[in-house]
Amino acid sequence: MNTILKRFYSIFIARNKEYFRDRAAFGWNFLFPFLIILGFTVIFQNRGQSEYKIGIIPPKVSATQVDSLPVEFGQLKLIRRVEFNDRKTGFDKLKYHKIDLLVEKGSQPLHYWLNQSSPKGNIAESLLLRALYSPADHPGLAVKSFVNGPRIHYINWLFPGIIAMSMMFSALYGVGYTIVRYRKNGVLKRLQATPLTAFEYLAAQVVSRLFLILVNNFILYAGCSFIFKFKCAGSYLDLIFIFALGSICIISMSLLVAAKVSSEELANGILNLISWPMMFLSEVWFSLEGSGYWVKLISQFFPLKHITEAMRLIINEGVGLYDLRYHITVLTGMSIVFMVIGSLSFKWTET
Amino acid sequence: MTAVLEVRDLVKHYPGVKAVDGISFSISQGICFGLIGPNGAGKTTTIEIIEDIIPHYSGEILYKGSPKTSSFKEEVGIQFQATSLFSFLTVLESLKTFYNLYRAPMPLEKVIRLCRLEDILSRRNDKLSGGQKQRLMLAIALVNDPDLLFLDEPTTGLDPQARRHLWEIVETIKAQGKTVVLTTHYMEEAQILCEEIAIIDQGRIIAQGSPDDLVRKHCFGVTLSFPKHDSAINHLLFSEKIRLICPDIEIIDTSNRYEILVTDVNLCLGALLEKGIDLSLITVRPQTLEDLFLKLTGRQLRQ
Repeated sequence: MNTILKRFYSIFIARNKEYFRDRAAFGWNFLFPFLIILGFTVIFQNRGQSEYKIGIIPPKVSATQVDSLPVEFGQLKLIRRVEFNDRKTGFDKLKYHKIDLLVEKGSQPLHYWLNQSSPKGNIAESLLLRALYSPADHPGLAVKSFVNGPRIHYINWLFPGIIAMSMMFSALYGVGYTIVRYRKNGVLKRLQATPLTAFEYLAAQVVSRLFLILVNNFILYAGCSFIFKFKCAGSYLDLIFIFALGSICIISMSLLVAAKVSSEELANGILNLISWPMMFLSEVWFSLEGSGYWVKLISQFFPLKHITEAMRLIINEGVGLYDLRYHITVLTGMSIVFMVIGSLSFKWTET
Repeated sequence: MTAVLEVRDLVKHYPGVKAVDGISFSISQGICFGLIGPNGAGKTTTIEIIEDIIPHYSGEILYKGSPKTSSFKEEVGIQFQATSLFSFLTVLESLKTFYNLYRAPMPLEKVIRLCRLEDILSRRNDKLSGGQKQRLMLAIALVNDPDLLFLDEPTTGLDPQARRHLWEIVETIKAQGKTVVLTTHYMEEAQILCEEIAIIDQGRIIAQGSPDDLVRKHCFGVTLSFPKHDSAINHLLFSEKIRLICPDIEIIDTSNRYEILVTDVNLCLGALLEKGIDLSLITVRPQTLEDLFLKLTGRQLRQ
């Protein structure tokens, strides 16, 4: 075997053995995302959250457009209004759980749509009708419809986000934190004394973690798919490609963090600073539909946002890689930048 | 004969400290060269500069007569003072991991036999005793069959038995014609293992040569050691009478004993016996590197 490959393979195998033999961490890596998915599925079957998003679409026939909604609509509590310029976008957003209810502007009687699998849709509907009409008026003054097309279960919306989030934590802490620990306790110094190069070491770290993440999440996906009965509308190969690319991107990001840091506390702080905002602004738990311009702009800088979005498009809408080229380009670009800077600034020891 | 390793005017600054201050030495093939000095003297910094672990220094380092090349790491073995290994791996797996990092490694069976690891091959790294861990670290340093071996305080913290085991292994390595660079603050270790030593203090070499030559050159006579609690000895030691008999006597006050350096031990012991001193409480020992260091620096090695 080529000497470089032999060195790479040696570190790859050593790292994998470490991972699989650390039973507590290994078990937790499976259990954590599974429990989150299970927990949220149960929770959202029964209860809603404090804020609901109602989308507003223009009427079907523009000539009949009336630019008004009932006055009470503007005074609704716990509701955020999200206006769409075209009806298709509105229906898509409802279908893919970006909003909880959709209302047609100027419709008489008021026409609204629900996604039957949305855990928050019924609550949003109830809030809307209770505020606008007395219970007896409902049948005459409001018309309820359901979105057309394949039914997208809430779990299908939630699952890609959870699996991407689980990957993010595994990549950030599994690589970044480990490198900092190894620098601190001298493992890296011991390796530096050998012919192993920084690039070979980092490449082995990236590939090892990528392999472990893929194995982990394949099992997690298969298990959740079996238990929650959901299917991927798109190609599994596309899904694996996006997931692997996203994993490489976040592993590279963690290499960048770990390139010089020698303190585990500092590394932990930096990784927390990155992971928590990224988790909340990447639509893992909730849609950013209706959020401010800056929030949406910032979210574009988080790889997790692109991974989650691309995975949802593949799983729920069956979108192909060509249509995901924007996300692929962003993730590839970020990976290259993180990897190059991380490799160039990598230090084996504290001094 | 060309030196295996030659260091010329090595200087390393840290903020506010000159850790290595113009160190030069040359090491011949097949010997054990000791860098000796107290903690913080600059021994580890010096060898870690040579090993390419510490960057940004001035001076020149020649390996086999030429500046170091990329093959240097293939040809040297390094045992650091304190490092860890991958967690959850066994001794054999750790050895294999490092074995695969080199182009022309030593057969694993040979390394295992040399470092006496046969009984602990399936034990995990984190379950090893101090001596076993040091033997594993030494095996990892030897896995590439190096021409030049750096051992940085390999026996620090080991019990006497484990220390002697390690010395035996180092003797075997030396017998194979390999060159060893050893740092230690155990003078006994240096005296037993090293053909040549350099005593370092505050980043400078203050003496260099073979241990016996250095002791002979700088130290004379023998050391007599007395317990402090014996008032008869104390009284005599500080009286003028003893100085009339042994005029060159030097008294060193340690925590629980007095040590006196005398050139004519027979004369001194005769005088003590004549004064009715019980000689069974006295120990007599030749001058050692420890005495040499004390003489050269005015400080104990472990201060």
